[in-house]
Amino acid sequence: MFRIVNKRELNSSVTLLEIEAPFVAKKAKAGQFIIFRVDDYSERVPLTIADYDREKGTVTIIFQKVGLSTKLLAAKEVGDTIRDFVGPLGIATEYEGYKRVAVVGGGVGCAIAYPQAKALHAMGVSVDVIAGFRNEDIVILEEEMKAVADNYYLMTDDGTKGEKGFVTDKLKALIEAGNQYDAVIAIGPIPMMKFVSLTTKPYGIKTIVSLNPIMIDGTGMCGGCRVTVGGKIKFACVDGPDFDGHEVDFDELMSRNSIYKEQEAEMAETHICRMDKLAKELIH
Amino acid sequence: MANMSLEKIRMPEQAPDVRNKNFKEVALGYTKEMAMEEATRCLNCKHKPCVSGCPVNVRIPEFIAEVAKGDFMEAYKILTSTNALPAVCGRVCPQESQCESKCVRGIKGEPVAIGRLERFVADWYMANCDEMPEKPAQNGKKVAVIGSGPSSLTCASDLAKAGYAVTVFEAFHTAGGVLVYGIPEFRLPKAIVQKEIDKLSAMGVEIMTNMVIGKVLSIDEIIDDMGFDAVFIGTGAGLPSFMNIPGEALVGVYSANEYLTRINLMKAYLPDYDTPIRKSKAVAVVGGGNVAMDAARCAKRMGAEKVYIVYRRSEKEMPARLEEVHHAKEEGIEFHLLRNPVKILDDGKGQVCGIECLKMELGEPDASGRRSPVPIEGSNYVIDVDTVVMSIGTSPNPLIRSTTKGLEANRKGCLVVNEETNQTTREGVYAGGDAVTGAATVILAMGAGKKAAAAIDEYLKNK
Repeated sequence: MFRIVNKRELNSSVTLLEIEAPFVAKKAKAGQFIIFRVDDYSERVPLTIADYDREKGTVTIIFQKVGLSTKLLAAKEVGDTIRDFVGPLGIATEYEGYKRVAVVGGGVGCAIAYPQAKALHAMGVSVDVIAGFRNEDIVILEEEMKAVADNYYLMTDDGTKGEKGFVTDKLKALIEAGNQYDAVIAIGPIPMMKFVSLTTKPYGIKTIVSLNPIMIDGTGMCGGCRVTVGGKIKFACVDGPDFDGHEVDFDELMSRNSIYKEQEAEMAETHICRMDKLAKELIH
Repeated sequence: MANMSLEKIRMPEQAPDVRNKNFKEVALGYTKEMAMEEATRCLNCKHKPCVSGCPVNVRIPEFIAEVAKGDFMEAYKILTSTNALPAVCGRVCPQESQCESKCVRGIKGEPVAIGRLERFVADWYMANCDEMPEKPAQNGKKVAVIGSGPSSLTCASDLAKAGYAVTVFEAFHTAGGVLVYGIPEFRLPKAIVQKEIDKLSAMGVEIMTNMVIGKVLSIDEIIDDMGFDAVFIGTGAGLPSFMNIPGEALVGVYSANEYLTRINLMKAYLPDYDTPIRKSKAVAVVGGGNVAMDAARCAKRMGAEKVYIVYRRSEKEMPARLEEVHHAKEEGIEFHLLRNPVKILDDGKGQVCGIECLKMELGEPDASGRRSPVPIEGSNYVIDVDTVVMSIGTSPNPLIRSTTKGLEANRKGCLVVNEETNQTTREGVYAGGDAVTGAATVILAMGAGKKAAAAIDEYLKNK
């Protein structure tokens, strides 16, 4: 069992949990992920590590309530425990030889972009952060990002905060204005990562994306997370989760991630029963 | 006087058209009377040919003699003196190619039903005795066992009995390895595996789940920082192979590992569990091994109307146990033999809508000694399916060997070990099971775990 020691609602749908997992905390690095399971009946769900504290032995995850498992997880409070928490999985992001990097985060993807920006900043790399959200209500980690970025650009689709427009608009403008980036790190929804990769391709700027496909074990055993990269099958869990954005088949990934959409809608209903049951258990 | 009946006592089974709709065990086991009668078929041969056919040298005639007398407790003690998992072996061992293949009674008629008797004794014990083993006196030395499948459980059990403090590290959330994620409930009820693991815990074995060795800890850290005196690697062969044909990335293509794990470990067949799985109408399982049979039979039970086995050789070359093939056919699985998939078809929305196969004929024997399949040009045809399960083999996971210096593996990724001791190319680090042999059987893995435990004991006594 893994105990929750800190909880913050970052916006109406995004939650931060700090979880006691000393073995994971000791080894975790930016870019790696964990797999959690809320209780004995739950799915195994991968989430990229948002932060870790080796001394406290804790790992922080930030996630959006999108399916049954993330809703169950978000319903947990400080002091509660979750059944399973395994990691660190995947290969840590490599930053060798960078002087200046643009980190692009989309929505809850900023939670994963943040540790990357932080790690780069700590290494003395100059970091420009471009963070994009639908509107001002769901902006997260603004202060944290500003603290590690040389320049922080906030974009909203509707212009309610920061500049109106997409992250790709800003990225293109910055590149066109003569800003030289050794690499672009893009983390967010699949379409965003796809369009960031398309934006940087004509300029030949190395672009790293962090993929989060459906998987079970996270050790290369199920093959469910296979993605086509440069025409070859890769397992995101052991070969990634970071890949060269110019090589990834994003459309295939999007299609593969939709496999359980119908069932998830059905489960959203049964989920209400599960939540009731859980609530009753808590009362008893 | 021995019972000279030429046939084994038949084991009761669920009827095929009943069992292919549930996940309850197919074979129901002998009654006391059936077991005692079958036991009288054993001639109690002096030279015990059957024992030489058993990778863990179960004292077969001795335990059967006790069954014939009706002393099941004594039979159990004899069984477990060399076999830590009799309830498992009695169910999943390929007895027809091991102990029973050597049985003198098999020369004329059917061999003694050694496997069924083993299962009976183990089940009898479980039903009638809830006594747990005691924690043996400790010798003060620590051994780490990586993985919790059959080789690891056997190794852990033998070492715990010898007084070692054993810690088992398992990557998944539940211990048992292939016994829980791979082999379906209807062949091996998970309660049986859990009972065996509970016995290990009672003996003082610590089981740490959620520990992916090679990631969260390296072998070196286990030895240097955590103070373990020796390590056994029993991590199996968990990496699934794909065919590298067009369409394998479509929605609806699973590896057998994923398909079976969702169903067996994560109980997608029970409504209480959140595990999603595709609701398939027609499923093609590619492959001819036991895993392929398991996947096909699971697909049927999950409600698929049509389930096909697609295998590139003929039935004679199928690596699956005869009994499994027989059970699958009874349950309505259709076999497309001498057929090889060349393409998985897209319905235009990224989902599987068929599998295109090529007819094959048998040519000359290949490296495996089996006649190799040769394609017949232009014989392509399509089977309409919405799901494809690839069950064409697995190889050992590179996570540990790629993070441990001095650990050699062969070209197939199997760890290199000394055949006498199962020691790897690193002193104090042993390995066994599929991690060494590539995908094989439960009992061979157990044999290796046993051999390694003895070698570890020897090594640590002299250290």
